[in-house]
Amino acid sequence: MAEAFIVGAFEHPTRKATDKSVGQLHAESALGALADAGLSLSDVDGYFWSGVMPNLGIVSLSDYMNLKLRYFDSSDVGGASPIVHVSHAVEAIRKGKCDVALVTLAGRPRSEGQATGTGARAGNALQPDSPWESSFGPVTSNVYGMCAMRHMHDYGTTSEQLAWVKVAASHHAQHNPAALLRDVVTVEEVVNSPIVSDPLHRLDCCVITDGGGALVLAREEIARKLSRPLVRPIGMGEAIMGQDGGRIDLTVSAGSRSAPVAFEQAGLARTDIKYASIYDSFTITVVIEVEDLGFCAKGAGGRFVADGNLISGVGKLPWNTDGGGLCNNHPANRGGMTKIIEAVRQLRGEAHPAVQVRHCDLALAHGTGGLLGARHSAATLIMERV
Amino acid sequence: MADARIIPAPNQNPETEPYYRAFGEGRFLVPVCLACGKAHWYPRFFCPYCGGKTEPRESRGEGTIYSYSIMRRVERPFALAYVELAEGPRMMTNLVDCDFDALAIGQKVRLAFKPAADGTAMPCFTPVPGER
Ligand SMILES: [Zn+2]
Repeated sequence: MAEAFIVGAFEHPTRKATDKSVGQLHAESALGALADAGLSLSDVDGYFWSGVMPNLGIVSLSDYMNLKLRYFDSSDVGGASPIVHVSHAVEAIRKGKCDVALVTLAGRPRSEGQATGTGARAGNALQPDSPWESSFGPVTSNVYGMCAMRHMHDYGTTSEQLAWVKVAASHHAQHNPAALLRDVVTVEEVVNSPIVSDPLHRLDCCVITDGGGALVLAREEIARKLSRPLVRPIGMGEAIMGQDGGRIDLTVSAGSRSAPVAFEQAGLARTDIKYASIYDSFTITVVIEVEDLGFCAKGAGGRFVADGNLISGVGKLPWNTDGGGLCNNHPANRGGMTKIIEAVRQLRGEAHPAVQVRHCDLALAHGTGGLLGARHSAATLIMERV
Repeated sequence: MADARIIPAPNQNPETEPYYRAFGEGRFLVPVCLACGKAHWYPRFFCPYCGGKTEPRESRGEGTIYSYSIMRRVERPFALAYVELAEGPRMMTNLVDCDFDALAIGQKVRLAFKPAADGTAMPCFTPVPGER
């Protein structure tokens, strides 16, 4: 069986792209990742993409970049999609379905003035849940707000504990020149920022940015001829979780199903992980995910993230050292791509020296997509430096 | 209390029609499985637990707040919630005719139909006075 490696990674430097098209952001990201790998568009025979581009978006983008494909996948599960795409690309390469796989993500919600967290959504009439929910005004901030309210009720989690997630992100973002928000913030500043939807404050919410990113994976024979450090995916899990016919538990995410699969495949314990990228759409997202990933017991997430435990060089679990979605970048309203890219930087030893984890040979990238408090996806990816 | 938010008209389809028609007549229906007896939400023609046929049954519309969140960053703040029905399922809804700052998880609520923009009766909930 052919092995698959991540050989190229590129985060688009823009955070606001009024002067660029969505296609252009995809192509610039793709070219950036291919240049990083030492490959070109003509080497790509597998393409993995999804996004807000209905009517055969992957066909359109493939033609735009003039890709000659023998394998493609546009599974769309929201923010976790790029992590799912890497998993699917690995499977495709292992099965010989393609040799060089490109994964892209791009969008410009900021230039388009999208109020991602608070703006009313019409709801897609074809989705069976829409007639029962859209009218009640679920958006991201109030649905994640309900998760936080219930987590606080069941486990005594506090706003101060949630705030530590943002504080950790800001400590890392100060070292990232490309980050949208580079100021270090305090717990007090987070809990004193205006409430968006109870109990989430403005600083509990991720940023809205334009931009994108891309990854290139290649079959072993090709990967070993390239000059960049090799990163190998060794554990992959994915899951979808919904309301269970009305028996929803707002404190549990699909990560509780994706993570055990990934860890078993990798043959690793939680304590083996040196660095973790964990999707931070909101601070509460991270608290629930660290529990479901098994880094602490269910209900202990608030205590786990507090007191700087996620800050590189300070805490036990160095996390989102680029500043994450809370401070650095959240292109296309989907956090999965930047999560993998920072984990790759850490494994290559190319994170900012102030946040680089020493001897970082095992890392994890985890994301969710959709609405944690309604129906959502999760994907876990464990990687090793070869 | 600020002006109540205008509830947008729901999308409807042949599967939702019997429910919304009953709501318009002041009757709240919850689907119950004829095979396993379990109630579920949101309504489907089949049981999501066993695949059995379901029947809409009239409900008294009683429940408790499972969770809620007040959206503040809009012109007319509103309370999104999951209400746990006495029949078992937790349903997404709005909490209405109440002091948002006095709401609490576990509080008893009862059904209160509210008209959407097009007049459709929407199953919302309101706290039961004197109950916490
Ligand atoms: Zn049944």
